[in-house]
Order: sequence, then structure tokens, then C-alpha cells
Amino acid sequence: MGSLTLKNINKSFGSVLVLKDISLEVEDGEFVIFVGPSGCGKSTLLRIIAGLEDATSGDVLIAGKRVNTTPSSKRGIAMVFQTYALYPHLSVRNNMSLGLKQAKRPKAYIEERVKVASDMLELGPYLDRRPAELSGGQRQRVAIGRALVRNPELFLFDEPLSNLDAALRVNTRLEIARLHRQLETTMVYVTHDQVEAMTLADKIVVLQDGRVEQIGSPMALYNDPDNIFVAGFIGSPAMNFLPGSVIGDSARTIGLRPEMIMLGDEGEIEGEISHLEHLGADTNVYVRVGEQLVTVRYMGQTDYEIGSKTMLSYSLAALFRFDEKGRRIRG
Amino acid sequence: MNKVKHNPLNILAVHAILVIYTVIALFPVVVIILNSFKTRKAIFREPLALPNADSFSLAGYETVLKQGDYFGYFQNSMIVTVVSLFFILLFGAMAAFALSEYRFKGNTLMGLYLAIGIMIPIRLGTVSILQIMVASGLVNTLTALILVYTASGLPLAIFILSEFMRQVSADLKDAGRIDGLSEYRIFFFLVLPLVRPALATVAVFNMIPIWNDLWFPLILASGEETKTLTLGSQVFIGQFVTDWNAVLSGLSMAILPVMLLYIIFSKQLIRGITSGAVK
Repeated sequence: MGSLTLKNINKSFGSVLVLKDISLEVEDGEFVIFVGPSGCGKSTLLRIIAGLEDATSGDVLIAGKRVNTTPSSKRGIAMVFQTYALYPHLSVRNNMSLGLKQAKRPKAYIEERVKVASDMLELGPYLDRRPAELSGGQRQRVAIGRALVRNPELFLFDEPLSNLDAALRVNTRLEIARLHRQLETTMVYVTHDQVEAMTLADKIVVLQDGRVEQIGSPMALYNDPDNIFVAGFIGSPAMNFLPGSVIGDSARTIGLRPEMIMLGDEGEIEGEISHLEHLGADTNVYVRVGEQLVTVRYMGQTDYEIGSKTMLSYSLAALFRFDEKGRRIRG
Repeated sequence: MNKVKHNPLNILAVHAILVIYTVIALFPVVVIILNSFKTRKAIFREPLALPNADSFSLAGYETVLKQGDYFGYFQNSMIVTVVSLFFILLFGAMAAFALSEYRFKGNTLMGLYLAIGIMIPIRLGTVSILQIMVASGLVNTLTALILVYTASGLPLAIFILSEFMRQVSADLKDAGRIDGLSEYRIFFFLVLPLVRPALATVAVFNMIPIWNDLWFPLILASGEETKTLTLGSQVFIGQFVTDWNAVLSGLSMAILPVMLLYIIFSKQLIRGITSGAVK
């Protein structure tokens, strides 16, 4: 029995259906990431798991128990919020221990849990400060610490990195990965950033318009997307889509990853260099093909003259074909 | 870090305007206090002069303290104001929390209904209010005044507070729920401290009209036992003879407590703004 099971979850706000028949099985100790564009329902789904929102229909099972009517605090979960949501008038120590105090746990136990969590996150020197006296990264660590203290069956993260700057984001991402390795607790994580999803997840759930588009490991989604949405969402820079007619293919749309295209004097598609982005380690070359811009990721540094003609080539194995409904045509 | 260069002329103009405004606003208060320390003749001869050895007199204060139960009136005013404010803030904040936090059918309609009282002067209902109070035997009790003031203060309180409560981070309340706080504790422990500036604003807005009101004390509680300060001071204003010394002294003393309450609340207001709670 997995540690989290969703059965046919539906959710509507008034007449707007935001989640459509979502079923999902999460194994013990798995790191699952819900990813999708904003408004796809991923946060709502997380809030339903947390018990902050009721599902219109369907069941939520945590550790095999149906928890539809169990209040959040008794579901054995802990949640980290995007805005940290620290209690502004409490010290870091009290922020972390409030949940356990509410649950009437013995004092010694609370102290020990706070100590373990603050050691793990190196929060020791800040225990008596207020949130306002901490930096953004420290606050996020306190928020994670508050979740840690509860020793939950299930960690929920709601876009925990979106409020941090780029450098801190990478650090905190590593820290969360390390925590997951140490604790081996099930984690459910919501983000709109596919890089976070790719780097952290054991299993990615791609959502769009309240539907699950595909579930799979990061590499499975990258190598074998079910449809045009997943293909375009996973991978950076995003996959190029061209009408099949460009290469004389019967498929409505063909997809080519930027890193799978070669530029040269020979190839299947003709284009014109339109723009270059130099990143040092690699270069994004934008090539105009007919009406469309195709991104080509060139490993290393290169210089093309803007406006010069070029040919694009690719291996057949790297070609994805999609039908008129955006579904992948396999084989 | 202040990079904007202020034009000294602008600063001067701003200060001049503020000073003029302050002088205009404080002038009547100063005149009242000055004249309360003068003899009756000196008040009329030179209303703007400072009290000197000749004109100095505490006759007004003596009259006020001897005639009538000044401390009784004072106590009544205090009870009515403080209790009314307490209920306005408590019920107003609770209603505002419910309106801003929970989704239920008719939420917007309920909000409108609760706020529409801002546009209807409560004095229009004086006759009905009096009838209700007579029927329920509340005439000549402070309870009658407290009920009326609480009712009339609620619409504005709900209107202002619900606006502020919508700005309290939803994540914060959810974090409280996950930590097992009850809805009441979330309200008292998380939300109220964060909307303290708004509470202070509402308190100040409501406090002064209640303290100064003459209308309802006159109609609902004109008995000697329940007279408020404003009503009590009226005994010195007669149709033909007015004891100006006593009136001015009474008013001077009536200003003090309001000023004290105002200072308390405005400190809260400033502290609330500068503490910079979330994020």
C-alpha cells in the first residue's frame, strides 16, 4: 500500500471544474512533483491532500487510511508554503514547536525535535530570533524546519523556491534533495518550474487544465512523452514543433529537441540564422524556418552571421510525431 | 539612502500648511482651556488673553466638581465608550473574518447588508429605538447606549476590517490549521495581531463620536444615574443664563480622557505599521 493514494478526485469552484478525475498512487518514500503551468490545478490538488480544501468528489488516502474528513492537523502531514507563512510574532523556536504544543506532546520531546530539526538545517543560532530578523533563505529553512519537527508521514511543498533568488534557489533545492535522502519520507512537491521537477523528482505528474497529462520518471517524460504538451513542457529550451509537411511527414506536427538538431551545409530543413544567445558552455541559435523560429542548442561557442542560410539535420530517433489532437504517434 | 532631493521650498510650503492647519484645529481647544482658568469677567473682556494674577480663577472647576456628580458622569462616559468600542471591535472583527475567510452562499450579499448601515444615519431610527428600549425596559440604563453605539459602529468596522483581513496571508492561516490551531485561535492569535493598525483606526473613528454624543444620552439615558459627561455639562447651559466658567472647565476635563485614549491607540497604529509583519 502506497503512502498516498488519490482516487478519482474532482474539484469545482462554482461551475468551474478545476480538477478532473485525478487518480494517483505514491509509493512510500517517493519524491513526487506536480508540475504544470499556473492555473492547472496543481496547488488545489496539494491543498486537497493537505485537507485545506475539500474535494467535490473522490477519496484521499494517506498511509492507507481514508482521510476525506480528517482535519489537516491529524493527517500526519506537514506543509511548506511559498510565502513561508511563519508566525511573525513568534520566535523561530516557537514557530517550529507550535504544532507539537497544540498536539500536547511532552516538553522534552518537543525540545528534542526542535533540536534535531534545527541541527539538520543549521538554524541553531537563530532559534530566538523573530522571522522579521531573518533573510529570505533562512526563513524558508525555518519553514522547512517547522515541517520537519512534526515528523510527518507526508511532506507537502507548495512552490517553496519561487520567492528565493536564483543562487539561493539552487542551494535550497540541493538541501531539499539531501533532506529527502536523509529522511526517506514521502514528499509531494508543487512547482511550475520544470527544472526543479527534473532535478528533484522520482516521479513527475504533469498537469494541465485540471487533468493529468502524464505520470513518469523525469527521464521517461523527457525521452518518451505521451503528447505534445508534455513534450513541450519538459526540457529546456523547449522542444521545437513544426508542421509535419516541412519534412514531408504524414504527422500533423513533428517535434525536435533543440539539443538534437545539428546545423551545417547539409540537412533536411532549410533555415536562416535569426538570433544567437551566447551562454558560454553552449549557444542557443534561433533559426527561422518558414514562419517559425526553431531553437538549436549548439554545445560550445559558435559564431554565425545573422541572416545567413543554414541547413538543419537530425537523427530519426530524435524525431517525435504527433497527431491532430496532439497525441504522440509511436513507432 | 534617501536619494530623492527635496526642494527646501517644498518642505517649507508643506510645513507651513501643516502648521496653519494645526493652529486652526487647536485654536478652539486652546481657547477653551485658557478661559476655563479665568474669572467670568475676564472671559468676556479679553477672551484671548492668558490668565494672569488678576484674572486667574478656579471658580469654574469648583462649580463643576461641587455641582452634580462629575465623576459619576465621567465614569458613565468611560464605561459607555470603552464597552461600546470593545464590542464594536470584537464583533466587527469576527464578522469581517468570516466574510473574508469563508466561502459560503450569499457571502457578498451578507457583506453588503452588514456594510450598508454606513449610509444610514442611526438617528433616523431614534423613535423606533426609543420604543424598543421602553418595551425592553432599558431606558435610563447604560446598556441602552452601549447597544445603540455598538450597532451604529459595526458597519464601518466590518467594512474596514474585512478589507484588511483579506490582505492577511492565506498561507499563514493555513499553516495555523496544519499546526492544529482552531479557527478561534487562528482569529485571535494570528489574524488579530496582524490587523492591529486597522483595529486602532476603527477604534479612533468610533471613540470620538461616542464620547461626544449628546443625542442618545439625552433621549435614552437622561436620568441622573446614567448621565454622560456631555449631558452632565449641559446643566450649566441654561436658556437665559449660562455659567461659562463651569461649561469651559467641564469641557476641558472632558477632553483629557479622549486624548489619552487617542494617544494609546495612535501608538498602536504606528507600531502596527512599522513592525512589518509578514515577509
